Amino acid sequence: MSGSVFNVTMFLAILPELWIFVLASLVLILDLVLPKEQHRVLGWITAVGLILGILISLLVAVPSEQAQFVWGDLIRFDRLGFVFKILFMFGAAMTALFSSNLEKLGQRGDFYVLMLVSTLGMCLMASAADVIMLYLAIETTSIPLYVLAGFYKEDNKSTEAGFKYLLFGAMTSAIMLFGFSYLFGLTGTTNLYALVNQVVQHQLSPFVLYGVLAFILVGFAFKISAFPLHFWAPDVYSGAPTPIAGYLSTASKAAGFAVLVRVLWVGFPEIQPYWVYVMTGVSIATMTIGNLLALAQKDIKRLLAYSSISHAGYVLIGFVAVSELGATSVIFYLIVYLLTNLAAFGTVAVFEKTSGSSEIASFAGLSRRSPWLAMMMLVSFLSLAGMPPFGGFVIKFSVFAAAVQRGLIGLAVIGVLNSIVGLYYYLTVLKVIYLYRSEEEQVAVPIPQASKVALAVLCIGIIVMGVIAAPWFDIGALGARALW
Amino acid sequence: MQFPILSFIVFTPIVAAILIFLIPEDRKNEVRVAALAAASFALVLSIWVYFAYDIQAGGYQFVEQVSWIPALGISYKVGLDGMNAPLVLLTGVVMFTGVLISWGIDDRPREFFTFLFILATGVFGVFVSLDLFMLFFFYEIAVFPMYLLIAIWGWKETREYAAMKLTLYLFVGSVIALVGALAMYFTAGLGTFDMLELEKAGFSREFQILWFPFVFIGFGVLGGIFPFHNWSPDGHVAAPTAVSMFHAGVLMKLGAFAALRVGLMLLPEGAKFHMGWIILLTLVNVVYGAFIASVQTDFKYVIGFSSVSHMGLVLMGFATLTKQGFIGSGIQMFSHGVMTALFFAVVGMVYDQAHTREIPKLGGFRKVMPIVAVCFIIGGLVSMGMPGFSGFIAEFPIFMGVWSSYPLIAIIAAISIVITASYIIRVVGRVFYGQMPQEFEGHVHDVTVLDKIALLFLSFILVALGVFPGWMVPLVESGVEQILRLLGGA
Repeated sequence: MSGSVFNVTMFLAILPELWIFVLASLVLILDLVLPKEQHRVLGWITAVGLILGILISLLVAVPSEQAQFVWGDLIRFDRLGFVFKILFMFGAAMTALFSSNLEKLGQRGDFYVLMLVSTLGMCLMASAADVIMLYLAIETTSIPLYVLAGFYKEDNKSTEAGFKYLLFGAMTSAIMLFGFSYLFGLTGTTNLYALVNQVVQHQLSPFVLYGVLAFILVGFAFKISAFPLHFWAPDVYSGAPTPIAGYLSTASKAAGFAVLVRVLWVGFPEIQPYWVYVMTGVSIATMTIGNLLALAQKDIKRLLAYSSISHAGYVLIGFVAVSELGATSVIFYLIVYLLTNLAAFGTVAVFEKTSGSSEIASFAGLSRRSPWLAMMMLVSFLSLAGMPPFGGFVIKFSVFAAAVQRGLIGLAVIGVLNSIVGLYYYLTVLKVIYLYRSEEEQVAVPIPQASKVALAVLCIGIIVMGVIAAPWFDIGALGARALW
Repeated sequence: MQFPILSFIVFTPIVAAILIFLIPEDRKNEVRVAALAAASFALVLSIWVYFAYDIQAGGYQFVEQVSWIPALGISYKVGLDGMNAPLVLLTGVVMFTGVLISWGIDDRPREFFTFLFILATGVFGVFVSLDLFMLFFFYEIAVFPMYLLIAIWGWKETREYAAMKLTLYLFVGSVIALVGALAMYFTAGLGTFDMLELEKAGFSREFQILWFPFVFIGFGVLGGIFPFHNWSPDGHVAAPTAVSMFHAGVLMKLGAFAALRVGLMLLPEGAKFHMGWIILLTLVNVVYGAFIASVQTDFKYVIGFSSVSHMGLVLMGFATLTKQGFIGSGIQMFSHGVMTALFFAVVGMVYDQAHTREIPKLGGFRKVMPIVAVCFIIGGLVSMGMPGFSGFIAEFPIFMGVWSSYPLIAIIAAISIVITASYIIRVVGRVFYGQMPQEFEGHVHDVTVLDKIALLFLSFILVALGVFPGWMVPLVESGVEQILRLLGGA
C-alpha cells in the first residue's frame, strides 16, 4: 500500500479533485483574458465544467466495492467519499449558476476560483483516511469560505459575516487540531483505520479518549452547525452573499457530516456508547433550538439559517442510530437536503435581486408577481417541512425509521414533534407569499436564465427524489456499506 | 396485466393539476374547463370501478403492485375492497360537484384547482393504499394543500387562524400514528410495509395494547374524535365552499378510514382492549356535537358541528366491533360525505347571495332559490335518519350494533337524533321559509345552472341509496367480513 510507485488507481481516486483544480485554473486565466462585459459566462463555464467533471467521474472513476488506500494511506478510495464528491460538485455547480447574475459576485473570476478551491477541499474531506489529511482538507475548505462570506467588501454586514465566520472557524479548528495532536501522542498513529487497533493495544483508558473526542467534536460541531456551536450560522448566512449562504448550509454541512460519520464510526467504536449518548443530546438540542428560534425570525435568510440548524439535528437522529440503515439515511438525507436548501436559497437570491430585501414581509404578493417563483418556493419549503410528494418526506421518514429500528422511540417522537414546529414556520412564509397583498404587485420578478435552469433542475430533482426514491436511497446504501 | 384502473383514478387529478398550472394565468375559463374535464373523467372511472367490483369474489380486487423502495420493503400497492369502494366513489362525486360549485372563483382559479386536485390525489391514494408507507405518503399529500386552500380562498375573518390550526392538528395526529406504524414495521420483522402481510404478523397482545391508542387516536384526529375535534368546525367555516365540501365530505372519512385500516385491522387485540373507553369518546362526539350545533347562529357552524356529531356515529360504529356497526359505519361514511357536501354547497350559495350566514338575519330563500331549498330539505331528512333516505340505511345498523353491546350508550346516543331534527328543522324554517328581510328583496337571485346540477346530483344519490340500498349494502358487507375475520369472528 506504499505510495512509492504511481499507479492508475491513485489518480482515479483524486480525479474529481484534479478536475476541479484544472477548472479553477481555467477560470482564473479566463478572468484575465475575457473582456469585462463577458464575465457573466464564467458562471456557466464553472457549472458546465463541474457537471462534466461529475459525468467523467461517473464514467471512469467509480471506486470498486473493495475500498483501497492510496497516497500513502492518506486517502481512502471508496464509495462513501465518491457519493459525497459528486454531491459537492453538483452543489457548487448550482451555486455558480445562482451567482452568475449577481454583479458584484458572479462577474468576478476570483469568486469562482475560491468556490472551486473550497469544493476541492470538501472532496478531500470526504475521502480523507488520515487526520493530517483531514485537517488540511478542512482548512482548504474553510479559508476560501471565510473570504466568500465576506465577499461584499463595501457591505458592513457581509464583512461582519466574514470576520465572524473566520474567528469562530479558526478557534474551533485550533481546538480540533489540539485534539488530533493528543490522538497522535496517545496512539502513535494518525490513520483513522489504524486507530482502533492502537487503542486496543495500548489499553487506553476510555476517559482519556472521551477528552480527546470532546476536542475533536468541537471542530465538527462547528462545521455542521450543531448545538452548542450553532450560533454563528444566522449571522453569517444573513450577511454572506445569498448563494454562498446556500452553499454553506448544504455542501459545507454535508462535508462536516461525511467527516463526522467516518471519524466517529471508524475511529472510535471502542467508546461508542459515550458518543452516542453525547450526540443524542446534541441532536435533540440542535433541532429543538433551531426550530424554536426559527419561529421568531423576520428575515428569511435567518429563518433558513435556523431551519438548517434544525436539519442538522434531524441528520444526527440517523447518525446516532449507528446502523447500516442509519448511515444510509444520513447520506440520503444529505443528498435531498442539499437540493432542497439550495433551491430555497436560490429562490431567495432571485427575489432579493429585484426587491433588495430579504425581510419575510417583502415577499408579500409574490405569487401574483411571479407564480413560478412562488411555486418553486412552495416546493422547496414544503420539502424542507417534510411533505410528500417531495424528497423531504422520504428522508425524514428514513431517519425516523433508523431511530425506531434501534429502539430510540423517544428520539423519534422528539423528531416528529420538532417537524411540526418546522411545518408551522414554513407555512407562515408560504402564507405571506400566497395570501398577503403588496403595493408592488404589478412589478414582475424576472428570473435570470441561469437561475431558471438551476431552479428547474433542483425542483424536478426534489420531486423525482420524493416520487422515485429507491435509486437515491440505494446510493445512500452504497455509501453506507463502504464505511468499514 | 390488467388495465391499471386504480392508478388512473389516483393520478388523474395530480396530472390534471400539473397541466392546469401550465395554462397561462389569464385564461381563467380554460382553467375551469380543464378542471371539469379532469373531474368528470375521475368520476366516470370511479363509478365504473365501483360497479365493476365483484362482490361474490370479495377480497381485494384491481390490485396493482410496483416495488418502490425495495431495500425497506415499500411498494406502491393499491387495491379495492368493500370498505373503500364507496369512498372512492364518494371522492369522485365530491370532486366533480366541487369543481361545478367553484366555477365562480375569480382570484387565481389556476392555483385553486391545482391545489384542490393535489388534495384529491392524496385522498384517492389513501383510500386505495394497501401499503402502510404509501398510506402515509398520500395522507400527507392530502393535508398540506388544505392549508393553502383555506388560507388563500377562505373566509377573511378566520382563515389564517383556522388553516394553521387545522394543519397542525392533522399533522400532529399523523406523525404520532407514523411512529406507531414504524414500531409495527420493525416489530413484525417481516421487512415489509404491505398491510396484508402485517395483518398476519401476529403482534403480541402487549404490543397491540400499547400502540393501538396512538394509531387510532392519531388518525381519529382527522375523523374529528373528541376531544380533538376542535379544528374541524373552525376549518369548515373558514374554508371556501368547495374545500368545505372536500373537507367535511371526504377528508374526515380519511381519518376514520385510516383509523380502521391501520388501527383496527392491524392491531385487533388492541382494539378489543381499548374500545370500551373509546366508545365513550365517540358518544361525546355524537351528543355534544349535536347540542353545540343546535345553539349556533352561524349557518356554517351548524353544519360544521353536525359533521362532528355524524362522524362520531361512524367511529361509534367501529367501536362496537360488531358486524352491524361496521356495516352502518361503512355506509354512513358515504352517506354523510354526500350529505355534508350538499349542505356546505347550499351554505355557500346562500352566503354568496346574502353575504351573511347569521341564521336570524336570513329568511324566505325558498322563493328565489326553490331547487336549493328542496335539496337542502332532502339533505336534512338524511341527516335526521329518515327512512327512505340514505341516512336511515346507515344509522339504523349502527344503533343496532351499539344496542347489542352497550344498550345504555345506544339510548343516550339516540338523543342526538332528536336534537338533529330540531336544529335542521329550525334552519329550514328560518332560512328558507318565513319572511324575506327587506334588504334582500331584489338583491338575491337564483343560483346558476351548474350549481343546480351539482345539488341535484348529490340529492339524487342520497335518495337512490335510501330507496335502493341494494347497490351498496352487500358491497360493504363483503368488506366487513374481512374485518371480522381479523377480529377473530367477533
